[in-house]
Amino acid sequence: MRPIEIRRLGTLKYGDALELQKRLVEDRKGDRIPDQLLLLQHPPVITLGVKSKDARANVLASPADLERDGVEIFETGRGGDVTFHGPGQLVGYPILDLNPDRRDVHKYVRDLEEALIRTAATFGVTAGRQPGLTGVWVGDEKLAAIGVRIARWITSHGFALNVSTNLESFNLIVPCGITDKGVTSLSKLVHKDVPMSVVEDAVVLALAEIFDRQPVQAHQSAGV
Amino acid sequence: MPTNVVMPQMGESIAEGTVVRWIKKVGDQVDRDEPLFEISTDKVDAEIPSPAAGQLAEIRVKEGETVPVNSVVAVIGTAGETPAVPSGTVPEAAVGQPEQPATQAAAAPPAPAAKDKKQQKEDEEEEDDEESPRQKSSPLVRRIAREHNVDIRNIQGTGINGRVTKGDILAYIESGAAAPPAAAAPSAPVEAPSAPVAAASATVEAPTVPVEAPSAPVAPATEPTPGPVYKPGESVQIVPMSVMRKKIAEHMVLSAHTSPHVYSVYEVNFGRISALRDKKKAEFDAAGTKLTYTAFIAKAVIDALRQFPIVNASVDGSNIVYKKDINLGIAVALDNGLIVPVIRNADERNLLGLSRAINDLAARARAKKLNPEEVQGGTFTITNPGIFGALYGLPLINQPQVAILGVGTIEKRAVVIDDAIAIKPMCHITLGYDHRLIDGADAGRFLLFLKERLEGFDESS
Repeated sequence: MRPIEIRRLGTLKYGDALELQKRLVEDRKGDRIPDQLLLLQHPPVITLGVKSKDARANVLASPADLERDGVEIFETGRGGDVTFHGPGQLVGYPILDLNPDRRDVHKYVRDLEEALIRTAATFGVTAGRQPGLTGVWVGDEKLAAIGVRIARWITSHGFALNVSTNLESFNLIVPCGITDKGVTSLSKLVHKDVPMSVVEDAVVLALAEIFDRQPVQAHQSAGV
Repeated sequence: MPTNVVMPQMGESIAEGTVVRWIKKVGDQVDRDEPLFEISTDKVDAEIPSPAAGQLAEIRVKEGETVPVNSVVAVIGTAGETPAVPSGTVPEAAVGQPEQPATQAAAAPPAPAAKDKKQQKEDEEEEDDEESPRQKSSPLVRRIAREHNVDIRNIQGTGINGRVTKGDILAYIESGAAAPPAAAAPSAPVEAPSAPVAAASATVEAPTVPVEAPSAPVAPATEPTPGPVYKPGESVQIVPMSVMRKKIAEHMVLSAHTSPHVYSVYEVNFGRISALRDKKKAEFDAAGTKLTYTAFIAKAVIDALRQFPIVNASVDGSNIVYKKDINLGIAVALDNGLIVPVIRNADERNLLGLSRAINDLAARARAKKLNPEEVQGGTFTITNPGIFGALYGLPLINQPQVAILGVGTIEKRAVVIDDAIAIKPMCHITLGYDHRLIDGADAGRFLLFLKERLEGFDESS
């Protein structure tokens, strides 16, 4: 079974995580490292995908508001529209080589969704998909967002799962450009605080199982 | 020679892609494999490398435009060269495809004889990365090609966009590699050349269609015929069979002849499932899907198949082929026939996911909107003879599977529990199994496990 290195990075600024991903994608292309799973949280940041030319229209807050709240804005190379990242949200960036047997971008996205659905299930939350809308949903509320980039079948970017995110932060934006749906979090759904480390463990298990990878802890020296 | 750059196919179900960004401008020099443009499908963005070195001569698809897979999006030529095809026309899938291999041959380093096997393998995979239409093939096909020392480029693919399928390559090998490839033979997994390949195909592709099944019909000449069906002058109406009816007929005769069928029947108390269904119904309605008994049964069956892999298997000559994937077929009655859509990797789904898949496949089966691959590759089938009230049924196995579960009607009956008479919703479940692989004891254990799972259904699953 192919290994996947798990890197639990704590809180990392979006820009730094972007740089780290770029480096790891290059290393993965060169086969110098095995598959990677980065697990982290971001300080408050709004990110724009490449898909929508008018993604900025989906940022509702004024630049002054954002500056006051210390929220950064980033344009990124991932798929999808606009989203918010912040404390209490588990961000996962799988750097996987989809060669040779998983070269199907739809399947990859469905697999990420499945991993998050299973993660939610371990907390007794029945999550699912919404036809035509990528991400993981509980009813009409989005529990996790997905945005992915693929270059030569090496993946980057990934998912953002609301664990105990302050959901009011999403009022700064129209999440993913979808106007008629809400957002939710694991803690809200189970009416108690869910520890981040427990969610990380569940995500690692689910991803390893679905992608048929053996999770290994990254060596300290290979860290950031 | 100019090279056409096409919209690559990024996944089986993907028919089109949107160009979101051109990394190079017209007139720019590009190297082979250098990022050329970015596309977007669904929530995924992908960076596409250039298939050849040269000058970007023409961009046919502007940023933000969406075109079908294999449309020409750009042309790369050497300086001063004219494009391969006239510009200004609607992009067309087939345009310029014949150019592709030649260009690649020119771009590839010469003297292939000097290469070692590993290098050759890497090259093949690199070329595949470029999504060159004629060389597109699955890893399995490439492996078969390597094992038999076959150059895939010599094979006329019959798959989507000229993709070389497993059937193509096996037919090519069988025809003797020197001879020109014969017209594509229908894929016949049972006749795969070597056991490991056959085993791999079982998990990777499993191309046999349940209803539209194997090409080898049972030779009617050897069969005793029941004599004339009607006498001259008898009042009859003659209606030709539909294609589906013929396929079902062939398939069922084949199954009856292939597998010695044996049956075991158990009675299951559906009290807990019934209560759980009532409890969860609203929750599932809210999630947009109907919760049916079939979903519960499917979930329990999947657990049982995982526990007893012999039931999720096939016979290949004197080999047992264990299927690592659980692809669950659910028989759906149509007005004039029957079809078995398949939930692939059903074990990766929870109850909600199974409900969705079952309802979706059944609805599309009735609307005749299933894709061909959605009725292929099943490893076990559930059928529902109880739908009109039958206590139980004795179904025929869906070849090349080795077992089938029939679910009888669920109705309240007086049963004895702890020496008291109680009223419980009861159901007969029947396992029809192939005695070549499965003995009565195996079937008994499988059904007992299934019964216990259903009667004590784990709510969290």
